[in-house]
Formats: sequence, C-alpha cells, structure tokens
Amino acid sequence: MGGGAAYENDLNFKATELRLGLPGTGCTNEEQAVSGAKNNKRPLLETREERGSKEKSDPQHDDQETDPAPKARIVGWPPIRSYRKNSLQTKKAEAEAAAGMYVKVSMDGAPYLRKIDLKVYKGYPELLKALENMFKLTIGEYSEREGYNGSEYAPTYEDKEGDWMLVGDVPWDMFLTSCKKLRIMKGSEARGLGCGV
Amino acid sequence: MNYFPDEVLEHIFDFVTSQRDRNSVSQVCKPWYKIESSSRQKVFVGNCYAISPERVIERFPGLKSITLKGKPHFADFNLVPPDWGGFVYPWIEAFARNNMGLEELKLKRMIISDECLELISRSFANFKSLVLVSCEGFSTDGLAAIASNCSFLRELDLQENDVEDHRGHWLSCFPDTCTSLVSLNFACLKGDVNLAALERLVARSPNLRSLRLNHAVPLDILQKILMRAPHLVDLGVGSYVHDPDSETYNKLVTALQKCKSVRSLSGFLEAAPQCLSAFHLICPNLTSLNLSYAPGIHGTELRKLIRHCRKLQRLWILDCIGDEGLEVVASTCKDLQEIRVFPSDPFVGNAAVTEVGLVALSSGCPKLHSILYFCQQMTNAALITVAKNCPNFTRFRLCILDPTKPDAVTNQPLDEGFGAIVHSCKGLRRLSMSGRLTDKVFLYIGMYAEQLEMISIAFAGDTDKGMQYLLNGCKKLRKLEIRDCPFGNAALLMDVGKYETMRSLWMSSCNVTLGGCKSLAKKMPMLNVEIINETDQMDISADDRQKAEKMFLYRTLAGRRKDAPEFVWTL
Repeated sequence: MGGGAAYENDLNFKATELRLGLPGTGCTNEEQAVSGAKNNKRPLLETREERGSKEKSDPQHDDQETDPAPKARIVGWPPIRSYRKNSLQTKKAEAEAAAGMYVKVSMDGAPYLRKIDLKVYKGYPELLKALENMFKLTIGEYSEREGYNGSEYAPTYEDKEGDWMLVGDVPWDMFLTSCKKLRIMKGSEARGLGCGV
Repeated sequence: MNYFPDEVLEHIFDFVTSQRDRNSVSQVCKPWYKIESSSRQKVFVGNCYAISPERVIERFPGLKSITLKGKPHFADFNLVPPDWGGFVYPWIEAFARNNMGLEELKLKRMIISDECLELISRSFANFKSLVLVSCEGFSTDGLAAIASNCSFLRELDLQENDVEDHRGHWLSCFPDTCTSLVSLNFACLKGDVNLAALERLVARSPNLRSLRLNHAVPLDILQKILMRAPHLVDLGVGSYVHDPDSETYNKLVTALQKCKSVRSLSGFLEAAPQCLSAFHLICPNLTSLNLSYAPGIHGTELRKLIRHCRKLQRLWILDCIGDEGLEVVASTCKDLQEIRVFPSDPFVGNAAVTEVGLVALSSGCPKLHSILYFCQQMTNAALITVAKNCPNFTRFRLCILDPTKPDAVTNQPLDEGFGAIVHSCKGLRRLSMSGRLTDKVFLYIGMYAEQLEMISIAFAGDTDKGMQYLLNGCKKLRKLEIRDCPFGNAALLMDVGKYETMRSLWMSSCNVTLGGCKSLAKKMPMLNVEIINETDQMDISADDRQKAEKMFLYRTLAGRRKDAPEFVWTL
C-alpha cells in the first residue's frame, strides 16, 4: 500500500475518493516520481499554440476525433515534412474508405445475425431497401412524427453511448459515425417506438 | 605557380569541383581569387538571404548552375508561418537582366511562382535542369511554361513540393522536338496527367534514365512505358493496383524482365499496394529502395522483397516493417550505407520499431553511416552498442515519438547513449536527438563532436549551460536549431562572435527574451536577427522582458531583407 503513506498529511482524500477500481490500486510513489522527472520540460501543447497564434489550421490537427487514444498534439512533432504528413493522412483516409464499415444486423426471431457494410449505401432509402431484401420483410416509410408506421418492423441502431435509437432521425453522415450495430425490432416493441408519444 | 598563364591555372582549377575546395583556392592570393571566381560555374548559396544576387553575379560572371536554399529547416515542420520568405524571383530576375547563361537551378524550401517559371523558360536559352525540393507557390501552369520553352531540357525533378494542380496538360506541352530528357520526376503531383502524352514523351526520349510517376499513372501505362524505356536506371512506380491474374500484370512482368539497368526503385503511391513479386526480378540489382510512401504493404511482403535486395545501399522505409523486418535488412543488406525509417502513423503516437531494430542494423550493416530513425523508445544500452558497432556515422538522427521519453528500461535520461555516439563517431557531421536529455549530453557533445556541423535539439537540457557547452565545444558548427529548451539570454549572448562563423541559429519556445535578441542584434551588425511574431500582444516597443517565441538569426552580407512580412521583425 505504497500509495497510503503519501497521503498521511492530507485529509486522506484518497481513502474516501469515489473511484471504480480495486482498493489499493492507484498511482504509486515511484510512478509519480518518474512522471515528475519527465515533466521537467513539458512539451508545448497544441492548445497553447491555438490560443496564441493566428496560424492557418493544419489539416493534420483536425483528425483528433477519430484517434482511438486522443493525445494532445505537439506542434511540429514528430518532425516529418508536411508533404509526407499530408500524404500519410490522405492514404489513411483512403484505406479507411476502402476498408468499409461493417456492422452487425440482428432481427428479432432470426436464428443468426448478418453483417452489412454501411459505406456502400448513399443514404437511408438504400439502406432500408437492403435490409428489406436481406430479411424479406417490409419496413415502410419513415416519418419524423410516427416513425415507421404501417409496418410490423422498426429498424433501430445502437449508438456510441449504448442507447437504442430509431434509424432515420439524424443526418446520414452522423448516423454513419454513431451506428455501432443494427437491430430490426418486431411487434409490440416496434410499435412502441413508432408511437409518437 | 605565379609564372603560369591564367589559362593553365584555370584548367587546373577545373579539377577542383567541390565548393568548399574552390572557396579555399580563392583565398590563397588575389590572382587565384580572380581566376577562380571568373571560372566558377557551380555556386551553392545555403541561405538565399546571406548574399544579394547582384553580388553573386558580380563575383561569378560565368555562373551556370546555382543551388539556393530559403526557409529555415524547421519550416518543414510547420514552425514557420507561410509567407515568411524565401522568394526566388529576385534572383531569377537579376540573372535574366544580366544575361547570365543559367543552365541549372536547384531550390530547396523556396517560393517560386508561375511567373518566375515562365521567366526562367524564356530567359535562358540553354536551360537544362530544374530541381525543386519542398518548394511551393507554383502550379502545373508554370511547369507547362518550362516544358514548352526549354528546348534542351534534360532534367525536371520535383521532390515533395506543394504544387497547385490545374490538371495534366503540362505534359503535352513538351514539343515533339524535345528529345533530350534524361530525368523526369513528377511523383508529387496530385492530379491526373495526360497519359498518351506521357507515353509519347518517353518514346521520343532515348536518353531517359530516371522516371518517377505520380499516383495517376496506372499499371497498364507503366507496363507500356517500361517496354519503351528498358534502359531506365531509376524508376518511381505510380499506382500499383492490379489483379495478379490479369493480362496487364503478365505484361508488366515481361517488361520488368527487360529492365536490366534499374538500380533505384520508389513509389507505390496508393493505399494498399499488392503483391510485389513482379519486382523481385529487379531487386538483386537495386542499390536504392524507397517505400516510404507506400503504407499498407504488409510486413511479410516487405520482408520477402528485401530478402532479394542484397546490394542495397540506401533504404527509405516505413516503421511497419517492424524490428523483425529490420533484422531481415541487417542480415541481407550488407552494403547498406543509409537508412531512413519513417513513422506510418505519426498521429496515434505509436511507432512499430524500437531500439531492437536499431541495434540489429548496427550489428549487421558495417557500412552504415547515415540514419534517420523514428521509434517508439530507446535505451542507453542500445545506443552504446550502436556506437561500438558503427563508429562511422556521419549523420545520426533519432526521433522518439514521445519527445521526452527516458531510457525505456532504466528510466534514466539518454545522455550516456548519445554521449557514446558522439564519442565513438569521430566523423559525425549531423545530429538530431530526442528523449529525456539533461545538460550532460551537451557537455559530451561539446567535448567530443569535433566535426559536428548541424544539430537539432528539442525538449532537452536543464539550464543555459547546455547551450553554452555546445557553442563552446563544437568548432565546426554551422547550423543550430533549438525548440522548447530552457536556454535563455545568458547562453545566447555568451559568445556573440560565434554566430558569424555559422550559417544560422533557430530558437523557438525557449527562454530568450526580446531584450536579449535586441542586445545581440546591436552587437553584431553582420547578423540579421529576426523575430517571428505570431500573436497580437507583442509589438516592437513591447517589454524587453517578454520572451521571443521564435527567433531566427543568420549571418549576411546583404543587410536586412526588404521582403520580410509584417510579422517578421529584423532587430
């Protein structure tokens, strides 16, 4: 319990802190010492530059949202030529586009799930048509007020926050980035969603 | 020697080709100065603001070939605002006005406009060679002018430029009478090119030895071009998307079989180049391989390719080759002299190579003398081993993606490791460092790096002593560039005369103040001390205690430059 000793002089906030994690885990003295030494000279973070400077925004800095582990970027680091940086970015985008965006599609009552590449479709009408073909059913027309009325089925998706949303409410591009999986709901559940309560 | 007629001296000087040697010759005595200056054909100007074009013309009236460099090196990494400077137009205009017989122009980090390219194409009847590296300010229209008007053009070499693309008609501008091309490199162009015109151009260029295509040239055209140009020595493949069973692929294999002279290979510019086995044919003769613009070639494919490249001397590659791949390089490429390993995913901050790959290279490649290595981590032990294995390094550049990362095993600073490098590599001329570094490493560098000419430092050092050790110790230092280090006025002002022996000094995000820079400028009138001011808050009458965020100083015979933008103050 190396962490305990460091906090003897405090009001022992550490012990009463609400955290998710096993008791006894946490930053040890050793780790703190190392990070202290490292931070003797803190890398100039991008945000400081942004506040102060009027530089044109560089294309490479706009990519932060898509990084799996977002880090504060240091301007001009790593030191590679803009030409090379830009070309890598383009290629990354190309590769991602080429790779496709496969999501699982489940249908209530079906024995197994399917997978479709969302990138293949230009918009909701195409997607819904494809789902209708794949599962041999009719989904019907979307209306903001009533959802998919006139159908036993309602297409739904799980978004990044884990909520189940009705397909069609948000713009297509937003849907593409937030859709994690699809589920075709059936019966009373579906009608519940379709009811504009 | 003074009894020889001038023509004899001139003839003897013809054998002296390097600029440094010619500079030495010209300093022996006045007659030698006169003869050397009037006969010098090739001039190198490392900083276009160090001297005026008129003065160059006056001294070297026989000038035929000039190399000019513009922006500071850190401009490559977006640390210098656009429009800072480096305009080549005044030079070209002066050459044209004075009827210079310009034949070759090589520019690096400069701004060249279409008007300027047009002026070049019309002013110099014997213009033969245009090489542009990391330049900007022009479009394919300017290239069209060069193609149209330079009847004896031998070389058009565009390396990593930012070119505005107005589509590919410029290639069609080479007249049918133009048959002199030896080297054509347009790999950096983003747009389409007229493929039929390209084919015809290659067909009528019997001397073509170097051809680097851009991504818009598909495989079937490549195959046709290779059939017409089997004597190519340097090939840059554009696009390499293919179906391995196709007719086109088979034709490509046949064409490659005929290309027995290819020694240098590069390109493969699209996202996921596929199976490279067609190129295994030419690998055994390759001395230079650049796959650094081809991400997505799988490690296995890379390793297969490299196993065939036993004669490789120069390799530029992405870190997706991995430490494993570098071990293959080390065991296969015994003639390797230069290697550059670039990060394939610089934004995520993970490199796929570590100290293991570096050590493998050092132990497997005894002729290795130049390295640029982007890696995830480093250790002192590894650097010490590398120093022992390779005492012949002339260029050593190491970049750890996390710039202040200490020794990955001991958590110590990397002072001892870099110290070992400079101690062992007595011929070291260029050094870039990264990782956790204290003042100690600079003590070592000052003590041992006697031949060091250029050094790049970032996020290193603890006190002014660091920079002082450097300035005191490295007698041959020419270019020093520093960012994000705790060096201040005491270091800057310690030896002001030193800067006249150097080409330039760059300091950004350090502790030097406006006052310190003003003081330096006052003491040294032969230096231009420029402050790049990007914020509104600071103005020239501001508090001298304010930090100078970006300072660039250089020796010059031309006085303060007249083309400096508003945000650049020359003190």
